[in-house]
Amino acid sequence: MLAGVGGQGVLSVAAILAEAARRLGLQVRQGEVHGMSQRGGAVQATLRLSDRPIEGDLVARGGADMVLGVEPLEALRYLDYLAPAGRLVTSADPYENIPDYPPPEQVLAAVRAIPGAVLVAAGDLARRAGSGRTANVVMVGAASAFLPLPAEVVEACIGEGFAAKGERVVEANRRAFALGRAAVEGGAGA
Amino acid sequence: MLLGDEAVALAAMHAGVSGAYAYPGTPSTEILEYLVPRAAGGGFTAHWCANEKTAYEQALGMSMLGRRSLVAMKHVGLNVAMDPFVNSALVALGGGLVVAVADDPGMHSSQNEQDTRILADFARVPCLEPADQQEAYDMTREAFGLSERFAVPVVLRLVTRLCHSRAVVVPRPPRPQNAMAKTAAPQDWTLLPHNARRLWRALLDRLPEIGRAAADSAYNRFDAGDPGAPFAVLTSGIARHYLAAETAELGFRPPQLHVGMYPAPDDAIRRLADTAARLLVIEEGHPFLERRLRGVLPHGWEVRGKESGALPLDGELTPDLVRAALGLPSRPHLAAPALPLPGRPPQLCKGCPHADSYQAVRAALADFPESVVTSDIGCYTLGALPPYSAIESCVCMGASVGMAKGAADAGLRPVLAVIGDSTFLHSGVTPLMDAVAAGTPMTLLILDNGTVAMTGLQPTILPGSRLEPLLLGLGVEPEHLHVVEVQPRRPEALAGLLRAELAHPGVSVIVAVRECVELAKAGRHRGDQA
Ligand code: SF4
Repeated sequence: MLAGVGGQGVLSVAAILAEAARRLGLQVRQGEVHGMSQRGGAVQATLRLSDRPIEGDLVARGGADMVLGVEPLEALRYLDYLAPAGRLVTSADPYENIPDYPPPEQVLAAVRAIPGAVLVAAGDLARRAGSGRTANVVMVGAASAFLPLPAEVVEACIGEGFAAKGERVVEANRRAFALGRAAVEGGAGA
Repeated sequence: MLLGDEAVALAAMHAGVSGAYAYPGTPSTEILEYLVPRAAGGGFTAHWCANEKTAYEQALGMSMLGRRSLVAMKHVGLNVAMDPFVNSALVALGGGLVVAVADDPGMHSSQNEQDTRILADFARVPCLEPADQQEAYDMTREAFGLSERFAVPVVLRLVTRLCHSRAVVVPRPPRPQNAMAKTAAPQDWTLLPHNARRLWRALLDRLPEIGRAAADSAYNRFDAGDPGAPFAVLTSGIARHYLAAETAELGFRPPQLHVGMYPAPDDAIRRLADTAARLLVIEEGHPFLERRLRGVLPHGWEVRGKESGALPLDGELTPDLVRAALGLPSRPHLAAPALPLPGRPPQLCKGCPHADSYQAVRAALADFPESVVTSDIGCYTLGALPPYSAIESCVCMGASVGMAKGAADAGLRPVLAVIGDSTFLHSGVTPLMDAVAAGTPMTLLILDNGTVAMTGLQPTILPGSRLEPLLLGLGVEPEHLHVVEVQPRRPEALAGLLRAELAHPGVSVIVAVRECVELAKAGRHRGDQA
């Protein structure tokens, strides 16, 4: 289950992970949200990967092995979809475009209270990668560490996915991916 | 990996489609999005149209000349195209005509939840309902064939989840386009009463044959399940997968009939009923099959579904709802966080021209003790929400204009209608004609952002520069027609103009021009690559 705010690139995260899984020969179902909610509203996508045929695009409560947030409040919204042994991986950067956004420390504290939750300083890492716009790809890196997706395969998908936007964009996104992956593999989440 | 919409589009190409037509509307937009850039290379026509009715009529003309055509729309778009749709069931279609209609259960991006299967039934035409992306491809190809075989339009009923989910689709070898052939006799296309009576009878006479085709269709699948199962299940469309995902936990395989092609196969329904006295119907949208079931079966059967309350009448099906209807408890899951999570509704982009226009509207109306602002469908509908709270209605494409006239006729002053450029061209021109003819005291504010923004920046059917001559041609008085640039963060000029025109006792029109931010960004992006 992937969550974020319209414009943050949630669909690109889903698309990259889906493509990587497809190349590995897995069955893939990727559900997206288009239309009105893409305008700065809550956006949610689903991604199902399996070595067996997949029934449907949606999952039941308790059916998600991972909730992946490009924004922490949005990640919390889908907490009840997470299986007890599942993992919450989310960006630590609140996106406060609503007047009643709770105090950010409370949001992050709620994330930390979840066993095994991983918070990633996606914005900082994205800027280190060379572009604040790559925060979503930082999260691809972080998530991929917990999925059966080898780094090389995901990286290749990123390279091809962004190829049309030029070498500089590709490089920034590659770095973002590597930083995101390293951040969780080194146990160095925020 | 294709979206359901893209699978439909690819299948149409492979089925030898010669013309594809649509007005953008979520969740159907991606069908034409896929076809438009491929049309020149593929040697077919793919056009965005002024509205769904004009799109439908163009597809119909293509079919009249023996060639295959596709018309795509969202569910409420079919209301706009209802007239040609229902009547086209009577005429002697030549090339296959496939009507791809995307329903939006759950109203992710729509004003209602209507179910297109009911409208297909109403028009007496076959309807195919894919369960997944592969079926979307296969059924689209089959739909063209069915349309030619029975000389009726064939509806392809899609739902949001299918339109907007990706899966791998295996295509089949393409088939060439039909040659152009004007074969039909004029009396088979001219619905004068005496022709229409004959053609209607001919359609009714074909229905049993169409029914047999549905009964024999591989898309209507019967599975006897385990003997002695406590209940049997009737599914349609994507509900088949929701059921399949949960059956492992049931402990038995329920007898199942899946309906992928309508008219619904009554004999198979009776066969299903023979397997168990309790029946559960799982379908997306209205309780369409459930009602059919109640009509087909004698007393003594317990039919559970949306009407019985086993599933909700509104909203989208979800795995959790299906589990509950099957009597399965919810899976163990984490508790929702204790922290209250505020909703995050969509909002206008930073720097959106509509934001400035709405500031002007609020400033102008502040001077009047009472007013009404009707509005319409697009990004600008978000002006109903705070901090703008500037509009008071959104009903259907173009309604703002006619409703403003009605409100003025009711006696309120001032009356303002706010509509986007593309919505105006879709359905706002004709009601404005009424207002001009009647000299109604109302003001129309057309927000011209140069694009169909909400659905992903499709081009408007006419450029903004053509609005002024169009409005003058309709008879809007030149001194009460203004085309103005919206100044960023300086709403005073527009507010002043609005104030003056709201006081005018006749029709006035202000076209507020400024490019959508997203369009500007996309333009810059294209510039980068060039
Ligand atoms: S997409 Fe364009 S019209 Fe829509 S909210 Fe954004 S700037 Fe405004």
